[in-house]
Parts: sequence; C-alpha cells; structure tokens
Amino acid sequence: MSTVLTAIIVLFLLAALFGIVLGYASVRFKVEGNPIVDQIDAILPQTQCGQCGYPGCRPYAEAIAGGDAINKCPPGGQSTIDALADLLDVEAVPLDAEHGEEKPRSVAYIREDECIGCTKCIQACPVDAILGAAKQMHTVITSECTGCDLCVEPCPVDCIDMIPIETTPNTWKWPEPPSPMQLIATDRGRGVAASEAH
Amino acid sequence: MSKVFSFHGGIHPPDNKKRSTRAPIGKAPLPKRLVVPMQQHIGGPADPVVKIGDQVLKGQLIAEPISRISASIHAPSSGRVVDIAAYPIPHASGLSEECIVIETDGEERWIEHQGLGDYTRLKRTDLIEHIRGCGVAGMGGAGFPTDVKLHLSEDHIVNTLIINAAECEPYITADDMLMRERAHEVLGGIEIIAHLLRPSHVLIGIEDNKPNAIHALESVLKHTDLNIDIVVVPTKYPSGGERQLIKLLTDIEVPSGRIPADIGIVCQNVGTTSAIYRAVHFGEPLISRIVTVTGDAVLHPRNLETLIGTPFSTLLEACDLRPEALSRLVMGGPMMGVTADNDRIPVIKTTNCLIAATEQEMPAAQPAQACIRCGMCEQACPAELLPQQLYWFAKGREFDKARHHNLFDCIECGACAYVCPSNIPLVQYYRFAKSEIRTEERDQQKADHARQRFEARQARLEREVAEKEARRKARAEEAAKAQQQKAAAKDDSGAQPAAAAQPDAKQLKTAAAVARTKLKKAQDALKNAEEKGLDGIDTLRATVETLEKKADEAQQAFEQTEGKTPAPATESGPHSAEQAEPDTKALKQQVSIMRTKLKKAESALESCEDEAERSGLQAEVDELKQRFEQATAVFEQAEQAVIARAAGAGIDLKQLRIDAAMARAAVTKGERSLTKAESDEERNRIEQDLAAARTKADELNLTLSQYE
Repeated sequence: MSTVLTAIIVLFLLAALFGIVLGYASVRFKVEGNPIVDQIDAILPQTQCGQCGYPGCRPYAEAIAGGDAINKCPPGGQSTIDALADLLDVEAVPLDAEHGEEKPRSVAYIREDECIGCTKCIQACPVDAILGAAKQMHTVITSECTGCDLCVEPCPVDCIDMIPIETTPNTWKWPEPPSPMQLIATDRGRGVAASEAH
Repeated sequence: MSKVFSFHGGIHPPDNKKRSTRAPIGKAPLPKRLVVPMQQHIGGPADPVVKIGDQVLKGQLIAEPISRISASIHAPSSGRVVDIAAYPIPHASGLSEECIVIETDGEERWIEHQGLGDYTRLKRTDLIEHIRGCGVAGMGGAGFPTDVKLHLSEDHIVNTLIINAAECEPYITADDMLMRERAHEVLGGIEIIAHLLRPSHVLIGIEDNKPNAIHALESVLKHTDLNIDIVVVPTKYPSGGERQLIKLLTDIEVPSGRIPADIGIVCQNVGTTSAIYRAVHFGEPLISRIVTVTGDAVLHPRNLETLIGTPFSTLLEACDLRPEALSRLVMGGPMMGVTADNDRIPVIKTTNCLIAATEQEMPAAQPAQACIRCGMCEQACPAELLPQQLYWFAKGREFDKARHHNLFDCIECGACAYVCPSNIPLVQYYRFAKSEIRTEERDQQKADHARQRFEARQARLEREVAEKEARRKARAEEAAKAQQQKAAAKDDSGAQPAAAAQPDAKQLKTAAAVARTKLKKAQDALKNAEEKGLDGIDTLRATVETLEKKADEAQQAFEQTEGKTPAPATESGPHSAEQAEPDTKALKQQVSIMRTKLKKAESALESCEDEAERSGLQAEVDELKQRFEQATAVFEQAEQAVIARAAGAGIDLKQLRIDAAMARAAVTKGERSLTKAESDEERNRIEQDLAAARTKADELNLTLSQYE
C-alpha cells in the first residue's frame, strides 16, 4: 500500500515540477507574432502587386498562414507555389488562373513627353519607384521597379508601358539539357522510320 | 628544380597541338571593320568615351572602366568610329552587347605613347595605375582585370608568384608560341609583377609537352637575378586550372570559397605577363593578342597576332578555311570552349583559340543514356567533387542540395563528361544549376529590396495618417477649449459685467452682435405672429423682452470695455516711452502694431455698408490714427535721442551696425574654414584668426547694445 502511495506522490510531484518548468518556459520564451508568416513572406516575390486580392505580399502571407490557398500569386508562378507547398507541407497545386497568369518580368516605362505630371502613378507605386512632382514629368527608377502593373491603371493619359526585361549576357541562363523524354521520342521516330523501310 | 606534386583526377585527351606550332606567329590581316565589345570579361562593362563619327588613332582610349573590376578599352587600329550599338559578342548565350565599331583606314597610325623607363623608381600605385590605364586583363580564361590582382600585396602577404604556362587544353598553342618567340617579354613581365608583389620566389608551371618553350625560357632566365624556378609538370588536363596548378606546384589546396591570395599565392598567365611588359616598357595598351586558329577545316593552322575586335571570319580566311568541311566553330578549347553561332563574332582579350572543326573531328554529341553509377566521373574530377550526385540534384532541381555538395567549386573543366560512358552532358547540367541558383539569388535580393522599400513606404503612410489625426485632435481640443472659455466669459459677463473679468473686447463685440441678431429674429417672429394672430404671442413677447435686455447688457459691456481698454494704451504710449527712453525696440514694435491695427480698421471701414456701423468704425479709425501718429512720434523721438547720444560719444551708429555685422560674418567664415582645414599648422593659424575676429565681434556687439 505504502509503495503505491509513494509512487503516486512521486508522480504527482514530478508532474507538478514539470508543470512549473513548462509554465515558466512558456512565459519566458514567448514568441511574439507568427514566425511562419515571416517564412511565407520571404518566399513571396514582393512585387506588392495585389493580384492575390490582398494589399501586398505580407497580408497575403498572413492569409496563407490563416489557411488561404497558396496558388494566388501570378508573379511568383509555379516555383513560388512549389516553395510554399514545401514549407507548409501541403500539395502543390497549379496557379489559380482567376488571379492572372505568370508573365515574364517587366518594368514600367513612362513615355515622358506624354506625361502630364498628375502624380497618380506615384501614389499607386507600392515601392516608391516613380520619381516626379505635381506638373513635372515623372520617370521610373527601373532598378527599383518590381513590375507590378499597379501604376498602369491610374494613369489618365495611358502613357505607361510595361516592358519585359531583356536578357543580357549577364542575366542569361544556361538552358536545361534536354530530358530523356526527347530521347524516347527520337527512338519512336527511329521505329517509324524502320517500319517504313520495310 | 622544385618538386612536383599531384592533383586528384584529370584526364589525358589527345592534345592536337603540334599542327599549329609548325609555323611561326603570323600577323592577322587588318579587317575593314573592328567590332570592340564593351564587356570582355567578368566585372562591369566599360563606358564609351568616343562618339559615332570620331576619328581614332591606334591605341587611343575609346572606353573607360566604370567600376573597380573593369578594364579600359583602346582602339586596336586607326580609323573612324562608325557605330556604337549591340552586336553579337563571344558569349555562350549568343546574345548581343554594346560594341564600338571602327572602320579602319589601313594606316595603323599610333597615338603618341612611350614606356615608363625605369619603373622601379615609380611609386607602386602609379605603376599599377599605368597598367590599369593600358587595359590589361587576364589573358588565360576569365579575363580578370590584372590591376586588381597587382594590388593584392597591400592586404595579403604574397609568398609565391605562380606563372601559369601550363596551357593544358588540347589544340591551344598561343602561350607555347609566345614563350618560344618572346621569352624575353614574358621574363620582363614577370620582373614587373615581382617588383609589385614582392614574392619570395616565382614558379613557372609548364607542361612537359612544350620542350621548345621550356628551352626558350631557360635561356632567358640566365640573365635574371630573380628567384625564378621553371617547374615542368606532367601533361594532364586540367593542370592549367588555377587551383590545380597551385596544388601541383606547392601541394597546397586553396580552401573552398577563398582566393589563392588568402594562402599567399598569386597566379598570372604568361600572356598577361607579356601584355604587362609591353604596357610598361612601350606604353602600348592591350589591343592585340595571339590567337591559335586550328582545326581540320583550316588548311594552315597557326597562331596569329590578332587585333581585338577582328571578326573570326578574317582569321579563318587568313588560315585558308575550307568552308565545305566546317561543321562547328568553337571559341576557346575543345573542353571548355563554346560553339560560336556565326563567324562575325569578334576576338576579345580572352579569345585564345578558334577551332574550325569538321564533322569527323567533333561529331555531334551522342544521345545521353541513363547514369549507370559507374563512378568514373568522380575518379576524373580535379576538384574532388561528386559529379554524379551533382548531376542528380541538378536534374531534380534540388539546387540547395547541389550547393551543399559544393557545386560552386566546380571549374566546369569537362573531365567528368569526357569520361562518362553514358554520354551525359554533365557540365551542361552544372552550368544550368549554377545559373539557376544565381538567378534565384538575384531575384531574392531584388525581393528583399522591394520588401524593404514597401515596408518603408507603409511606415511613411502610417506616420502621415497618424500625424494628420494628431493635428485634427489638437484642433478639436483647441476649439473645445475656446468654446469653454467663451462659455466662461459669458457666465462672467452675466454675473459681473466686463470690468472684473476684463474680457476681450472682441469677444464682447461678437456677443453683442449675436444678441442683437437673436433679438431681431425674435422681433421678426413676434411681428409675424401678431400679423397672423398665432398662438404663443405672449411667450414670444416675453422672449423678445428678455432678449432686448440681454442685447442691451451685451452692448453695454462691450462699450464699457471698449471705452476702458484704449485708455491705458493711449496713456502707456508716451509715458512708458519717456520712462524707458532707450528701449527703442519696444517702441518700434508698438508702432508696427498700431499700424496693423489701423490698417485693419480701415479695411473694415471700407467693406462695411451699414451706415450706423460705418460712423462707429470711422470714429474708431480716427482714434487709432491718432494713436498711431502719437506712437510714431514717440518712437522717432527716442530714436533721435539714441543717435544723438551716440553722436555725442563720437560714434556713427550706422557705421557701428555695419562693422558689427561684418565682424560676425568674419567669425562664421573662420569657423567654416576651420572645419575644412586639413593640416594642423593651417588649423592653428585659422584658430588664431578666428579668436581675434571673435573678440572684435563681441566688442562691437557690446557697444552696439549700449545704444540700442
């Protein structure tokens, strides 16, 4: 009887001890904010274009952390979806066409002699990449432009073009070597040629 | 002779070198148009300094470097600049880049140039600057601007200088021929580099398949007192790789992600040494190089001294190309070179070889088969990587893992692909993976930058909103306070009119006006009601009566204060002025206040239409005018007194004021130049001047304050 009692007391004491330790740790090492949001935000392309329906990449990251779909980001494209799927351990789904399609990266270009200096595009730019003042010509700082398209719509004289970024020898990528799929295709071709020969 | 060590892996492809060493170095014909690319190596492109239509002389600077790692570019021959635009450049991508096109005049007129003479007496930095100005870049492979490497001794201890003369890639013999024919230039260049880097010993690494070059070098080395060793290494590809050659000659491995200078070694190519020699002794910029033109499709393979910007077609013609036999044109060696799309691509500073290959010589790649995990690639890899593993990661797009397996230590030598029994284009996979990773990194950097800017903007907008809100709140509070005060004033005026509380005359005036309006309204209503015989006339009448009373009270209170306040003001004018005679400043202020008041009253008078009010205002204006005149008179009197007093003391007040201002200006000027001063001596001198100026300014200010 006394052994049972001792065991119960010891277990109770242990439970109490761990409870105190855990309770202290949860207060002492409390994590402010949701770390997953930062990780998701780091993967998103930061164009701040709002095509996902949220006002910027961080709000969308928060929405994803809250359970929203991961395939609403057209600028990021499939690679972003894959990275998000990897991070959140969910299945990678194709891009939701409702929010737009993946386009090559581009930068805004203001046709400067047509600009009337209305500052509407400056207010629309999420990264302050447009320079200008009221009644003065505006111009885009191309190195800061994320190509989000947000300045195109507010322009009253439609003088903003989105120009795809050209590949230079410095940004050129080596192509992926042909995959074995093509190998099989040529084999099939050979087979056809052989049967025709017969 | 130094000991020779060994490096892991390596292969022995047929070297095909003999065919191009039979003829001596020739001179490539001068083409009609030279196309000089602005970017010929890693680092930043150069910026053109000539315009279309400009006449240029041979050796004239046509583009200058825009960043640290960048090299000047000079006109390879005399002629006219006919175009500055994008032309195909020798790059794996086959893309175009900005080039300066020069139409040659065939005269080859040199710009004035001369050597430095005894360079050992020059400052090191000046010597390096001269070499940088001559646009010398590494002529081995990557074309790294040489001056950057020559600066290395400033923050590294350089023990060993290694001259890379291995030239391990098949077909290429440019360095071999250079050493055979111009060994003295190579030695001269080595002497200059050794002078700059001060290494304790110099090693020339050369493969044993170049006996003539070794002999030529040995014969010139007899005349030098430098500690130079020629180290003959066995022929094995890729012994000419920088890290492999260091391992061969010193048995030291350069750590991953570091440069050889970190372990006290600097490598230079033999071609570069000759270019440095020509730059220092003759002042010739790097405008030509030796190019090996070889391959089965040319009848006379040989080495040609070629101007930068010469199109490949000129070289091929000079070596009698058989166009029908040509199947592939390769720039660089067969292992690491890339296929050129067309023969209009120009020679650049790093073009060491041009192979016009026949179908037989370089057959199209066999279709790749599955990897059988034989491990031969690992045996061949000179960088001791796991090529097979890297291949799987690149193929599966697991770039992170490829990176962790040191993908970036791969020198893309092609040894693994050479030995692969399945014909897998391994190097292509590595290049693909590397460029994917680099692009990803660039994108990530851009994304981080955009995030930073977005957050900064967001913070700014929030701050603006908060500021607006704060301003709105402050205004609301102020309004509430004013309301309260008004209410308090009203209460006061009700209890004990104006006199005690001394309320603002203006406020009382408004109160009186409001009371009057209210009364009028009530009267109107009463009249209306009486005419129409409505109910509640009695109440209305009572209201009118109370309102009448109130309006009277308000009017009275207003008149009382109005009558009172001017009194002390009019009195205070002359009295206070007399008492505090020297206080002209206060008087001046008063005068200006009076003037404003008067003006206001006058404008109010003008805009006023009501006859009764007009007369009242007129009276007010008249009174103010009088007061203003009084105040002005008092002020002028005081001013006169001051000037008279100053004149009595023998000082012209005006002059005094000007002097004081000048003294103050001298002090500020002195302070400014003090912050700019560089040497201690100069600073001391300025400090003394400044102290003197300060005392003078203080004195003058003091005298001035006595009179003002």
